[in-house]
Amino acid sequence: MSQPTNVGLRSWIGYRGGSGYLLWLLHRATGLGVLMFLALHIVNIFLLGFGEEVFNKLLYLYQAPWARAMEVFLLFGVTFHAMNGLRIIIQDAFPRAWLHQRRLVAVEVVLFLAVFLPAAWIMVADFLGGAG
Amino acid sequence: MRVKFKIYRYQPEVREEPYFDTFEFDAEPTDRVLDGLNHIRWQMDGTLVLRRSCQQGICGSDAMRINGANRLACKVLIGDVGAKITIEPLMGFRVIKDLVVDMDDFFEQYRSVLPYMITEKPPPEVERLQSPAEREVYDDTTKCILCAACTTACPSFWSNRDFVGPAAIVQAHRFIFDSRDEGTDERLEVLGERDGVWRCRTIFNCTEACPRDIKITRAIGEVKKAIALKGA
Repeated sequence: MSQPTNVGLRSWIGYRGGSGYLLWLLHRATGLGVLMFLALHIVNIFLLGFGEEVFNKLLYLYQAPWARAMEVFLLFGVTFHAMNGLRIIIQDAFPRAWLHQRRLVAVEVVLFLAVFLPAAWIMVADFLGGAG
Repeated sequence: MRVKFKIYRYQPEVREEPYFDTFEFDAEPTDRVLDGLNHIRWQMDGTLVLRRSCQQGICGSDAMRINGANRLACKVLIGDVGAKITIEPLMGFRVIKDLVVDMDDFFEQYRSVLPYMITEKPPPEVERLQSPAEREVYDDTTKCILCAACTTACPSFWSNRDFVGPAAIVQAHRFIFDSRDEGTDERLEVLGERDGVWRCRTIFNCTEACPRDIKITRAIGEVKKAIALKGA
């Protein structure tokens, strides 16, 4: 066997970094999630080519309870990815801002919650109201 | 207090795959993790292999992963990390034996940023003068001891070992922002390449891991900005 490097999924997830590391892991995960949704979206549009019936069938799929729940996750992914991206842009553009990383993270979390929670509430209330 | 050390072992002549060994013994909370490792090596298992030299946080040879995060074993007290301590080698380097890793590539990256004073002008009669304000600009990055705790805490390095890494960038920063140095363009060229500073994803693991409290992510940001402004 070649020499090990002690790098694997277990050590990646198990590394105890600070808030920056957790945000980065979440940034990657949400980025992947949004990308998967985009792929689904493109497939959806592509199905138009097979006629109205096929296209509508997939649209009905979006009305399923699990799909509505996934919409909340999509909102989470897009909102978090955008907010975290903005923080990184600020820190890249102004190196002095790097000294206030924890404060910037706190601002990011507050802004994220301020956007995500009301929007998620509206979506969930609409879903529950529609279902009832 | 009773402590339990769980240590990553890799002894290719004994066993092909890495494994963990556990050692239990009594220690003082004020003992350092390195004291615990020395105790194991001297009293319990002489085959345990690790690097350490000055044992005072200066030489940087005993950087390792302690309870999940990169630390210098000689700077961490057992009382601060708890009774259960997991020790692993630095991530991303090839493990030679137990906690000893191959740092050849690390020093190759270090050399790639030309970590020495480059001057074109002839030397003056006295020393090359520098004001306290000019010295202050790179003061933070002079503290690096090349322990590699930062580079091996970096996910960008874990996934791409060609990445020059935070430690080399810190060393470059020390000279790029030195008013007496004249090799800035060469260094910025090296760091502006594909595996240079742009591999940094602003994760801050390097800053958290640095035993010298160097604001590494800020230094990398300043180098990024210098490259961007140079191209503008």
